[in-house]
Amino acid sequence: MSPTTKNPRNQYLRTDRMPHIWCPGCGLGTTINCFITAVEECGLPLDLISVVSGIGCTGRIAGYLKLDSFHTTHGRPIPFATGLKLANPKLKVVVFSGDGDLCAIGGNHFIHAARRNMDLTIICVNNFTYGMTGGQVTPTTPMEAVSSTTPYGNIEEPFNLPFLADCSGAVYVARWTTFHVRQAAKAMREAIQKNGFSFVEIISPCPTLYGRRNKLGDGLKMMQAFKDNSVVCNDADTRSVALDFRGKIACGKFVDREKTSFLDMYNTKMAERFGPFYEPYEGVK
Amino acid sequence: MAEAKKPKSPKGTVAINVELCKGCGFCIAFCPSGVLEFSDKFNSKGYHPPHAANPEKCVGCGLCGMYCPDFAIFGTRNKEVA
Repeated sequence: MSPTTKNPRNQYLRTDRMPHIWCPGCGLGTTINCFITAVEECGLPLDLISVVSGIGCTGRIAGYLKLDSFHTTHGRPIPFATGLKLANPKLKVVVFSGDGDLCAIGGNHFIHAARRNMDLTIICVNNFTYGMTGGQVTPTTPMEAVSSTTPYGNIEEPFNLPFLADCSGAVYVARWTTFHVRQAAKAMREAIQKNGFSFVEIISPCPTLYGRRNKLGDGLKMMQAFKDNSVVCNDADTRSVALDFRGKIACGKFVDREKTSFLDMYNTKMAERFGPFYEPYEGVK
Repeated sequence: MAEAKKPKSPKGTVAINVELCKGCGFCIAFCPSGVLEFSDKFNSKGYHPPHAANPEKCVGCGLCGMYCPDFAIFGTRNKEVA
């Protein structure tokens, strides 16, 4: 009970930066807890895990994790992570970013990395808004939802992120909310262990800018809404898992398939072409 | 009349770092055993941190630590349960 007792998660966190900047009731810290659990369960040496983030509230995650972490420019965590992976193929590269960063500004990078099947793990924390810049509309804001740039309700059809990842060629697609901590941790572990482009969407509450404008209550009330409204449908068709405003949230593991990753494909092709002269690059010795 | 039942020792312990807490209430709402409650005290930022109102009920599942977005609380399972 004494405040000096050390949290076992502190070895993965830059505790000198705590308390963090996120609002009370934000789900990002919960997502970090899930990720730390996934990393612990993987049993990989921490030197071999690297986290890349973009800009935004979620982009701050790289700054709080005591791993090799990079805070890159807006929308470009996937090109950065691709370079990191190709320069050192032994690394497990995790891209941890928000919906606006990955699917609006970095939308093209996202679909092309999925098409190439780059061996990356993408964790997209979807809070339906741009939290850091004042609650503007994003490509994932549901229809009718109010944001600072759509004061009378959003009229644009939102992205269905699992379907986008699935049809672009991702090998692992899952969606969970911040209420499903154990399942999210398991999905992240499976995504890290999977060889190829794996995508995990985490639905997270943004009480300050999304919940307040849409009268969804504080963080706790939004979490309870996730608990009441989520439906687990593993292996569902990703076309059917689009999100509605205040509607049901389809959760689960939707896609898990085997495909040759970019690096394996490249090495096979070059070995075919150059035979014994080709030596696959194994990273810095 | 047999002697009164010995009180069971709790299976888990919960530790709270009150200064990191932002009072979101996730741990209180999602603790499966109902161990935690908001305390009347304030921390230095003016939030009400939780306190273990029923520590004997703790089973050491660690869910409070999984939910806490501020890394302020964690539960551990006690090694030996008599």
